[in-house]
Amino acid sequence: MPKQYDVVVVGGGNAALCAALAAREIGARVLVLERSPENERGGNTRHTRNIRCTHSAADQFFSGPYSEEEHLQDLIGVTGGPANLDLAKLAVRESSQLPAWMSAHGVHWQQPLAGTLHLGRTNRWFLGGGKAMLNTYYRAAARMGIDVRYNARVEDVIIENNRFEAVRLKNGNGEEIVRGGAVVVAAGGYEANIEWLKRHWGDAADNFIIRGSRYNDGTVLAALLKVGAKSIGDPKGFHAIAVDARAPKFDGGIVTRLDVVPFGIVVNRDARRFYDEGEEIWPKRYAIWGTLIAGQPGQIAYGIVDAKAIDGFLPPMFKPYQADSLEALAPQLGLDPRTFLHTVTEYNRATAGNTELHMERLDGNSTRGIAPPKSNWAMPIDRAPFYGLPLRPGITFTYMGVAVDECARVLDQSGRPFQNVHAAGEIMSGNILTKGYLGGFGLTIGSVFGRVAGREAASNARA
Amino acid sequence: MPGLDVFQEANRQLIICNACRYCEGYCPVFRAIETRRDFKKGDVFYLSNLCHDCRACYYACMFTEPHEFAINIPKILSEARIETYERLSWPSFLGRAFKHRGVSVFLAAAAIALVAVLSYVFIPSENLFAVHLGPGAFYEVVPYFAMVAGALILFFYGIAVWLRGGARFWSETRTALRQPGGFKAFAAAAGAALGLRYLKGGGPGCFYPDERPSSARRVYHSLTFWGLTCDFISTTLAFIYQDFLHELPPYALSSAPVIFGEVGGVALIIGTGGLIWLKMRSDPDPAGAGARGMDYMFLITLGLVALTGMVTLALRDTSAMGALLVLHLAFIAALFLTAPYGKFVHAVYRTLALIRYEAEREVGQGHLGH
Repeated sequence: MPKQYDVVVVGGGNAALCAALAAREIGARVLVLERSPENERGGNTRHTRNIRCTHSAADQFFSGPYSEEEHLQDLIGVTGGPANLDLAKLAVRESSQLPAWMSAHGVHWQQPLAGTLHLGRTNRWFLGGGKAMLNTYYRAAARMGIDVRYNARVEDVIIENNRFEAVRLKNGNGEEIVRGGAVVVAAGGYEANIEWLKRHWGDAADNFIIRGSRYNDGTVLAALLKVGAKSIGDPKGFHAIAVDARAPKFDGGIVTRLDVVPFGIVVNRDARRFYDEGEEIWPKRYAIWGTLIAGQPGQIAYGIVDAKAIDGFLPPMFKPYQADSLEALAPQLGLDPRTFLHTVTEYNRATAGNTELHMERLDGNSTRGIAPPKSNWAMPIDRAPFYGLPLRPGITFTYMGVAVDECARVLDQSGRPFQNVHAAGEIMSGNILTKGYLGGFGLTIGSVFGRVAGREAASNARA
Repeated sequence: MPGLDVFQEANRQLIICNACRYCEGYCPVFRAIETRRDFKKGDVFYLSNLCHDCRACYYACMFTEPHEFAINIPKILSEARIETYERLSWPSFLGRAFKHRGVSVFLAAAAIALVAVLSYVFIPSENLFAVHLGPGAFYEVVPYFAMVAGALILFFYGIAVWLRGGARFWSETRTALRQPGGFKAFAAAAGAALGLRYLKGGGPGCFYPDERPSSARRVYHSLTFWGLTCDFISTTLAFIYQDFLHELPPYALSSAPVIFGEVGGVALIIGTGGLIWLKMRSDPDPAGAGARGMDYMFLITLGLVALTGMVTLALRDTSAMGALLVLHLAFIAALFLTAPYGKFVHAVYRTLALIRYEAEREVGQGHLGH
């Protein structure tokens, strides 16, 4: 049976489209299989807004240079060292080519969004965010003659003699086999698969909120593991931040994140504080609170601020609970008023003498004599009205994926690459990210390895 | 969301936008959102008229339906605009024209019928269908006094209603922190309005008629605006020729009033025709309920004014001139009478919204950090 396509791309987000465009640019016949309907295409890329790139000088959109060395050091600093240093270096090095390549495919840029100036030197903002960028890529794909199919749920990757032969997919009507010369799997992680998360987290996973696409349920990752791909990364690990507990179960994206933590205190279901709210400044503090709350009873916590602090952070999507006294606020949050009052009173006493707040830096205004301490920005919560925001872990992505080599080829259990099976994006980001997260680097991985995978797949398809 | 009125629904959506901010690069609406925390009626008046309906944000939004957040900013702001137009209009029974197409069709038809009846009663048919040549030819059909009086009454009536609405808009959208802008704000707003800066979708073009950015709408809108301006200049020049230079129309084809009139007429026909053509093909999803009818009504009336004017010019030396002139005047009457009760009013409110935006910027409304 003749193969209609040289390269079959499984997935429809940034890494998938970068692979498809790169393969098509060198003449391959390309098919993109996106399992979502068209109006939800693009996986977690839809929720992105900037990409981290190495560059040698400031330009209209970068406020200063960002060298390979500095970029790599930032990555090592946040993740505690990449799983595969060579691949990390490749991503950092090749990222310098991305802005020009993206522009050439129609992506427009903009100045950093308000309040994100601290990333203006290292990261580049595409106009309108991730979905706008994806729309641009899909338009480019259509112009270049790349076929795209939606509602195409790939369930099996068929390998014969160590070579990719076909994928088996479910479309609206039934099952189908699609053959190709090579495959690029860029189908995301498994964070939207609650049953999978439960294997590692138990029933606590029922209380997790998934910030991104409901379609990232790991079906294709499981298919690759089933045919012998080597896994990499902690299967229990995910990146999570604190989001509003009232957020939808899936796909709430950026608007449900809450910036409340350093502005007040955070208590758990038992109305007790459990971690230093003033430990670190954005973005580091951002990344730990999801996991911290996942470890609390009921996987819930409450950010508490007073009238002094409420206007200091980005206005939340959901209205905070509000009351004129702490006693009246507690029942709204389902907290025991006596314990709650005791916790706040004790905290307030420990802040005595702190008068001036400096949110722009670690201001050294710490509590005295309580555990856990609040190391910075510790101001008393004493001016009505008082506000409470319910917090849950909001999972951004999972770390575990398939191991790849420098050609983005998927490795088998023995560490040898499948000749024509490639992976890009979140499904292989565990080769680099082991914990933590560096803002905008997910897209860096997706774009760099997407392009590598596309090029390699196009040439391996004919080999 | 069901159960919410336009202002509550706008507030619901804008609060979500304010927590997101991905669209900040597209246009001033999102930058103005960021200096607010909730969105009262006056804020919605302001933001909805600041919106140029370029639709970039709609296609960029990951929270449009079927997402449960159901964000659709161009649609809700379009509906809020119509609400603004209606609420700030006067008298209120004519303001109903913004939502009830029948009222505006009735107004236009009434104006046309009035001109037709007056012509029938006062112009003898042998005069109407005769050939008129030489200075004062038009006034042999419609007397100078009748033409000027009719035009001026409708023109100043329209301007008065506009000014009243504009003044109310300005006071409704004022909030404690804002100050009126100085000359710089005014100049910047004028530049943005005349150049249609915010029909560029933040750079690539307006996402109209569909999700592919294009400058078509900006081009057609510019042709319409500058065509109308040329025709206004033409009329003003004709007035100067007649009342200061004592030269009666019709003027030579090479004269300034006729050249301006021709250029303006052609631009208006292409501009309005192009906008109608784009609108017919436009994606209905981001369009406000009820906006289409209002837009078509205005574009068709304006286009017919230009078309009848051009035909009158072409056939002015024939016996058809009399009837064509009456028809042209009838459409002008319809345009003027519906001007305060149709899409034409967007010129007033959008310009004021742009001035307010520039004034806010001048005052330096800071962004919230983080």
